[in-house]
Amino acid sequence: MIGLPLVYLLAGVMFTAFAAMSAGDKANPKRWGNAAFWGLFAISFLFGDRLGDLGNGFLVVALALLAGTGRLGVGQPKTTTAEERVELAQRFGLKLFLPALLIPVIVLLGTFAFKALTWKGQHLVDPKQATLVSLAIAAVVAAILAQRLFRQPASAPLQEGRRLMDLVGWAALLPQMLAALGAVFALAGVGQTIGDITLAITPVDSRLAVVVAYCLGMAIFTVMMGNAFAAFPVMTAGIGLPLVIGRFGGDPAVVCAIGMLSGFCGTLLTPLAANFNLVPAALLQLKNRYAVIRAQAPTAVLMLLINMVLMYVLAFR
Amino acid sequence: MLPLIGVGVIVLGFALRFNPLLVVVCAAMASGLAAGLGPLEVLAAFGKAFNQNRYVSIVWVILPAIGVLERSGLQERARTAIRAMKAATAGRILVVYLLARQLTAALGLISIAGHAQTVRPLVAPMAEAAAEGQAPLDDATREEVKAMSAATDNVGVFFGEDIFMAIGSILLIVGFLDQNGLIVEPLHLSVWAIPTAICAFLVHGARLLLFDRKLSKRGPSLQEKGA
Repeated sequence: MIGLPLVYLLAGVMFTAFAAMSAGDKANPKRWGNAAFWGLFAISFLFGDRLGDLGNGFLVVALALLAGTGRLGVGQPKTTTAEERVELAQRFGLKLFLPALLIPVIVLLGTFAFKALTWKGQHLVDPKQATLVSLAIAAVVAAILAQRLFRQPASAPLQEGRRLMDLVGWAALLPQMLAALGAVFALAGVGQTIGDITLAITPVDSRLAVVVAYCLGMAIFTVMMGNAFAAFPVMTAGIGLPLVIGRFGGDPAVVCAIGMLSGFCGTLLTPLAANFNLVPAALLQLKNRYAVIRAQAPTAVLMLLINMVLMYVLAFR
Repeated sequence: MLPLIGVGVIVLGFALRFNPLLVVVCAAMASGLAAGLGPLEVLAAFGKAFNQNRYVSIVWVILPAIGVLERSGLQERARTAIRAMKAATAGRILVVYLLARQLTAALGLISIAGHAQTVRPLVAPMAEAAAEGQAPLDDATREEVKAMSAATDNVGVFFGEDIFMAIGSILLIVGFLDQNGLIVEPLHLSVWAIPTAICAFLVHGARLLLFDRKLSKRGPSLQEKGA
């Protein structure tokens, strides 16, 4: 059955290539830092399951030290100039959109098809990983198609991939690091402690107060943990179930659905939700690391207030 | 109380703009030690979770394809397409993207777009090209347009996905309520995500159109002056 291991193998091979190309990039004064960083990431993808927990721990510390001591540069492999790109855009026209649109189409078809596809009663592709496997296939197909269609050199996919990866830099690793932090926080009982504190300061005497406390608690907890999924069980067990639903008779479906969406308002506000908030800032080469959060903050705050009103109006009909 | 020290490390470290990877490692160490674990125990727990969460970083395999397309002129072609549309403004383009992202997310189609797949190669250059037609752009405004493009992607996904019954957050709610003796149908939860989704479209859509007005107040673009 095709599943995550094969996708990890693909990622591992790609990062090995990035590391090798970085090492050979004499124009980058920090080339050894880049080579070590992407090389370690490749090792994680290729051999992570054989390193042991402690081995993986040391690997993470090494990655963090490389990034934290400024060893990462930005490689600049030769690419087309702005003028050449305008000319290429004219020459290839609408054909340029073809590989770009093929990516979502393959992801879409793959996600549905792989869940249904069986051979002698066995799934060919792990149905739980259908989306990730489809994304990997789409990535390979689109890269090869684009390289052929637009007659780019054979090295272009990997060199261009490395160029973009270096632009993102250490931020590429942050979402995975934060997911791991969440696991350590859970082990240390951080969530329970915050839940206890919130509960201790929540006023329990009015319907409005508990609705506000629940929605606000979901948002604040999510800002601190970076993830509404971590906030939901703690806040709902602490305030949602006993007070909003139990004491004041709120409709569980309304309370929980809008409670979760209040948590999402927190996700829009926190740098800890790195894949949504910090990674795009790096991808778009924004000078301010927090520019995306700043752009969405007014929407997030307004939506939090609206969620409180909606829950108050809709949950107690 | 003591394990909260990790949260403090995060807040301080991010506010002072230390390298986030180092901040995260320090925060894990601080909280773990405060909870009575040994340093090697914390390191092992962190390493184990890091290894288990490798799927989070799979999205980067898309970069070679995006890179070749950029090299072949995709961003420039996207800009040309926008310049040909007289009615296109940065705000209107993003309103259309917001709606499309919310509707597809509501059908469970989250991975068909995203910051690497669509925002960097298509949406941000299109919004930027449209904004160039609205006002002379300085670097700060250019940055604002790009940041707003990424923000619109986030808002669209967040306030669309919960309308889909089989999304992770809905399943989490169903499971949690079930453990607590309450039976709720996924369909009921996803129906109650709709009012928030509509409000999110109105609020963020209005902000995008206001953004257009702010741009046009900065004076006519070079093109309109006939330059």
